[in-house]
Amino acid sequence: MKLLVIEDDRETAAYLVKGLSESGYTVDHSGDGREGLFLATSGSYDAIVLDRMLPGMDGLAILGALRAAQIRTPALILSALGSVDDRVKGLRSGGDDYLVKPFAFSELLARIEALLRRGTQAPAETRLRVADLELDLLTRTVKRGDKIIELLPREFQLLEYLMRNAGHVVTRTMLLENVWDYHFDPQTNVIDVHVSRLRQKIDKQFEHPLLHTVRGAGYCLRAGA
Amino acid sequence: MPHATAVTIAEKLRLPAARPLPSAAALLRRAQRLVRTHAFRLAGLYFAVFVLSVLGVLFFVYWTSADFVERQTETTLDAEISGLAEQYAQRGLSGLVQIVAARSAGDRGDGMLYLVATAEGRPLAGNITGWPVGASASAGSLSFQIEVPGKRGEESHPARAKLFVIPDGYRLLVGRDIVEEVNRTAERVIAGNLSDRVPRLGTADEFDQLAANLNSMLDQIERLMAGMREVTDNVAHDLKTPLARLRARLELALLAPGNTAAQIEAIRAAIGEADRMLATFNALLSIAEAEAGAGSEAAERLDLGELAAAVAELYEPVAEEKGFAMRLNCAPGVLIRGDRHLLPQALANLLDNALKYGASPAGGSEITVAVLREGGRAVLEVGDRGPGIPERDREAVFDRFVRLEPSRSTPGNGLGLSLVRAVAHRHHATVALADNRPGLRVRLEFPEWTAAAE
Repeated sequence: MKLLVIEDDRETAAYLVKGLSESGYTVDHSGDGREGLFLATSGSYDAIVLDRMLPGMDGLAILGALRAAQIRTPALILSALGSVDDRVKGLRSGGDDYLVKPFAFSELLARIEALLRRGTQAPAETRLRVADLELDLLTRTVKRGDKIIELLPREFQLLEYLMRNAGHVVTRTMLLENVWDYHFDPQTNVIDVHVSRLRQKIDKQFEHPLLHTVRGAGYCLRAGA
Repeated sequence: MPHATAVTIAEKLRLPAARPLPSAAALLRRAQRLVRTHAFRLAGLYFAVFVLSVLGVLFFVYWTSADFVERQTETTLDAEISGLAEQYAQRGLSGLVQIVAARSAGDRGDGMLYLVATAEGRPLAGNITGWPVGASASAGSLSFQIEVPGKRGEESHPARAKLFVIPDGYRLLVGRDIVEEVNRTAERVIAGNLSDRVPRLGTADEFDQLAANLNSMLDQIERLMAGMREVTDNVAHDLKTPLARLRARLELALLAPGNTAAQIEAIRAAIGEADRMLATFNALLSIAEAEAGAGSEAAERLDLGELAAAVAELYEPVAEEKGFAMRLNCAPGVLIRGDRHLLPQALANLLDNALKYGASPAGGSEITVAVLREGGRAVLEVGDRGPGIPERDREAVFDRFVRLEPSRSTPGNGLGLSLVRAVAHRHHATVALADNRPGLRVRLEFPEWTAAAE
């Protein structure tokens, strides 16, 4: 998997390149907006990570130019601007995800993985499976083994998102943004309680738990420990 | 090679001085020959034409712009006057009296003043009770005081008008109430139209000076608002980048092999501190931005009840876990114009507060979220059964970083309600705290969305 990092702050860039390379990605880096755009249009990248404020060319302008040129490489915007307005503007101008600086590296990794998976998923899938847990998108039903599990609409959405990202860590912020479409940081652990309610329903009476808590990062739905 | 170039230029500069100077007579002869050439005369002519046209254009620009300022302020008056003059020309004095009576009937609230009077000053029609004291009887601009019904009985307002002497000796006065005019400008500015200004009268008296000062104050505010956005962007970038590095270094340190358990714990704690610092910082930036964005471009038609129910749904499980009963009472179809992303954030802050401080000391904790329509206003209320906030502190808690004594021991940054107020202002809403008997009730009142307002 090949990533392009467009970031002008040297130290942040070095940290990104180091961390991403160690996580198994091939990483190209550019510290300038125009050069970054050039690389993005000519190279074949699986995803782009770009800063919003860049010398030469603004990050949003790069995205606009890319999308206008029909280049659909998934892009994650990194920015020090974290207000709701800024996030929404970033997503509207062609970004696929938006992460506010500073960020936990685990959060960045989780989001890049989610972006990469988005491109590979078969869109016509109507049934998601993880071990013996099955979610049917057409009939809106969930089964584990033979047992039918009743979920509230929001719990169904939450489980769907977790199953689509099965085997990977999803963070609390990812859940709040993707399942609820809210872009702020609640002061209370609202997400944890929703997840633990879901866990009650899908894991409680079964031998092997599927929904795991990953310390300092978030949650992961997977078969096995 | 810059050095070499500099030397050459210096030498070139010295060259003419080395030549013997031509005599003054020789120079004069040369000049005379030059002036006699056709090329020179043509060039001279073009030059003169050019200078004249530039001066002409400059004078025209100066004249029109200086005049324009004055003309614009008098436009409203002039439009009224020419309308009335037309009536007079077509229908004579009775037509004029009729139309002036019609225009001054009822309170139009636009501050326009009318009066038709006889040559002796006896009023025939208009909304000024008598011929203004001290006003001259000849045509032209004049200023005077008028008595208008105000909040505390009669108030004396300065007014300005134009006076016309109609052929039969009658007089027509058309003017404006200056106080009313300033009020209306202020209202428009408060509503988000920051570029509105008080019309100038160009008379250089104290009221004109007041208008000028108000306008330069508004200029200043507009500039500050524009600067605010830029500053917050830059501050966000310049201060958060080093913070990002700090956090990254700590995270890398955490991954390094050979850390003892105590070191890992210390690094985790340091990351936690950095995150808290950052949360405070983000909250401050959000507030600054919500405050700066009067008349948001992101506003759309929203169902306040649906929006409140969705946020309440997010908080319901955590409320139940903390022993609160969550009650939702939302009237359907209460519409406002608002920002789909900011409003949930404000409501989430109120629910965070209710969960943190709203537990009932007597047991039976509950949080109520209500949306209702009241007197043309869309109302959103969040109530709890906690200790509430004493009346004397109810204003202060909206200020940044203010935390009341009992809450100091709980985590928090004292910015939650500041954001709520900033979001409310951005939506032209009022926010007030009240006694929930017992507990605290936060009430936000929005202008209700109507099809007519679109």
